[in-house]
Amino acid sequence: MFSRRDFLTASVALATIFGPGMHGRWSQAAAQQAITEEDLLAAEDFGNVTLLHVTDIHAQVKPLYFREPSINLGVGEVEGLPPHVTGQDFLKMFNLKPGSPEAYALTSVDYVSLAKTYGKMGGLDRVATIVKRVRAERGEDKTLFLDGGDTWQGSYTANETAGQDMVDIMHALGTDAMTAHWEFTYGTDRVNEIVEQLQFPLLAGNIFDDEWMEPAFKAYEIFERGGVKIAVLGQAFPYTPIANPRWMIPNWSFGIREEEVVKNIAAAKEEGAEVIVLLSHNGFDVDRKLASRVEGIDVLLSGHTHDALPEPVMVGKTMLIASGSNGKFVSRVDLNVADGAVKGYRYRLIPVFSDVITPDPEMAALIDKLRAPYEAELQRELGRTDSLLYRRGNFNGTFDDLICQALLAERDAEIALSPGFRWGTSLLPGQAITVEDVHNACSMTYPEAYRSTMSGQLVKDILEDVADNLFNPDPYYQQGGDMVRVGGMGYRIDPAKEIGSRISDMTLLASGEKIDPARDYVVAGWASVNEGTEGPPIWDVVEAHLQKNPNVHVEENQSVQVVG
Amino acid sequence: MQVTRRQALGLSAGAAAFMAFAPAFADEAATEKMLKEFTGGKSPGSGKISLKAPEIAENGNTVPITVSVESDMTESSYVESVTLLADGNPNPGVATFHFSPMSGEASATTRMRLAGTQNVIAVAKMNDGSVFMDKKQVKVTIGGCGG
Repeated sequence: MFSRRDFLTASVALATIFGPGMHGRWSQAAAQQAITEEDLLAAEDFGNVTLLHVTDIHAQVKPLYFREPSINLGVGEVEGLPPHVTGQDFLKMFNLKPGSPEAYALTSVDYVSLAKTYGKMGGLDRVATIVKRVRAERGEDKTLFLDGGDTWQGSYTANETAGQDMVDIMHALGTDAMTAHWEFTYGTDRVNEIVEQLQFPLLAGNIFDDEWMEPAFKAYEIFERGGVKIAVLGQAFPYTPIANPRWMIPNWSFGIREEEVVKNIAAAKEEGAEVIVLLSHNGFDVDRKLASRVEGIDVLLSGHTHDALPEPVMVGKTMLIASGSNGKFVSRVDLNVADGAVKGYRYRLIPVFSDVITPDPEMAALIDKLRAPYEAELQRELGRTDSLLYRRGNFNGTFDDLICQALLAERDAEIALSPGFRWGTSLLPGQAITVEDVHNACSMTYPEAYRSTMSGQLVKDILEDVADNLFNPDPYYQQGGDMVRVGGMGYRIDPAKEIGSRISDMTLLASGEKIDPARDYVVAGWASVNEGTEGPPIWDVVEAHLQKNPNVHVEENQSVQVVG
Repeated sequence: MQVTRRQALGLSAGAAAFMAFAPAFADEAATEKMLKEFTGGKSPGSGKISLKAPEIAENGNTVPITVSVESDMTESSYVESVTLLADGNPNPGVATFHFSPMSGEASATTRMRLAGTQNVIAVAKMNDGSVFMDKKQVKVTIGGCGG
């Protein structure tokens, strides 16, 4: 088990190279009762380059609740390492005070009561305030604003406009470059159409044309900031055509393609780059492994797995930054670059407390304008919850259980399967459930809720397959989603075992009987990656269920047992 | 009816698509035997040969792989042949590429079908009879739940 002490030793070793590294902690602000915008944003001038990073916004433009995971297991070498640390252990590892604003922002501990104290987080009008202030204080010519992807998908309005609302917003924010993942679920034609109108590059050195194996996107862009040449390399989610429908992007092949990263770093250096930044959608464990194998990355801005860490994780000379999701955080990295090398840095994970940071009026107006045609529908109430509804975590969240209940009831199924996405916002007890909230949990371009029969053996094979995507001890074989959510069935899982032997004790909850590998079961689910899937969109299924059961109460899921 | 593992998650089309899938996995002995036939019983060294394959296949029916061998490719020192094996396929033999000094370099790209998660093995035989091996596991998933 990894201890705080080990972590400090590793950091201290680094500090001798970089000078005092762990700056920009907000614990000082937390010690005071009230936090101010000044506490969150004021920074001493340091170095000559500032990187701002957001990632995995999932089209969340308004302030929201997003509960961080209470379970996020790491296997093999990364067991107990951040980000596989949650709850009280997270507070201890990073020396955070229970009940403080950062405890609320970064963990699930005492979530509901702290949410009431500290309010919603995020909102891209608040993010605009941060970006504008940094640019004004540091100077435009010293600042790079980078978007790690999963930006265009995840809301009702993004789905209605095929990502256009987010493209308009990211233009207004003055994005310098992005990489991508869920963006590709709008399909080849739409992605190409957007890329043509983008005022900044979509970088992805790991996507190739499937026919001729030629690069399909620009791999890197060299920016000059503060008199320093900075190469930003883009790395899209390597398993997009596996985790999402390949038929939507049939001519693009992805993959980690480590050797391309090596090649592009060399090419960028050849062009005079002094600082190498990898803007990645690999997921944190994949990025940590990549950083340990590929030389020369100064700053690795990690995305995909939605982890938020208050301090960088150092791998050799590479600084790994995890900036969270849903617009909850903006990362700020100040670099002092001299003689073609990074001599020191300051890092701050800026929490976007929406009641503390003033909304930028221009961005607020743009957001209102983009939402106006849909506002009435967005706010239409479908029900009310007296339980906390959330998704994020390795196994079933309460919002998933609600979706699974809807699938079982509305599609008359024995077993429900709901994908283990990491996006999806939270609702507090007492809140109304609106059309917008339901779409925040299931908005996508392949929402069909299928109904099918599967043998007990096939259900087990699917669970084993997804568990291996999550718990394979080699990060390069992980896909970065959480475990598929299951309704109507309980099971036991031992993440440390091998594929084929992690899942046991599959039980049909209705009867208490063991799942029979040879018997067929009626299974309902959604978000199949297969072309031609038929069924109503999942949000209609959830709405129909809420119409009959508008008062939602979901107990914490007890039917998945984690052992080992 | 042939059902691949990826298609098995069709989850949608027709119930008939979910017939039990019983892959005819190659036994280790078959792979060993082919390996021995190629190497003439020599145990392969590591290095020189490098195999590039995806960690997880995007499509198990057509997995792109590239194999290359470091060699001067001169009359006195060259790669004679490279063989590719897939140790989980019903028939582990995939392809054998033959080279000569005239080839200039010893590298080849092809696509192969993989019945399931398994090791892809590449072995190079040099003109002096020495053999080198590289191996990579390629995972073939049912797919579908990342993000």
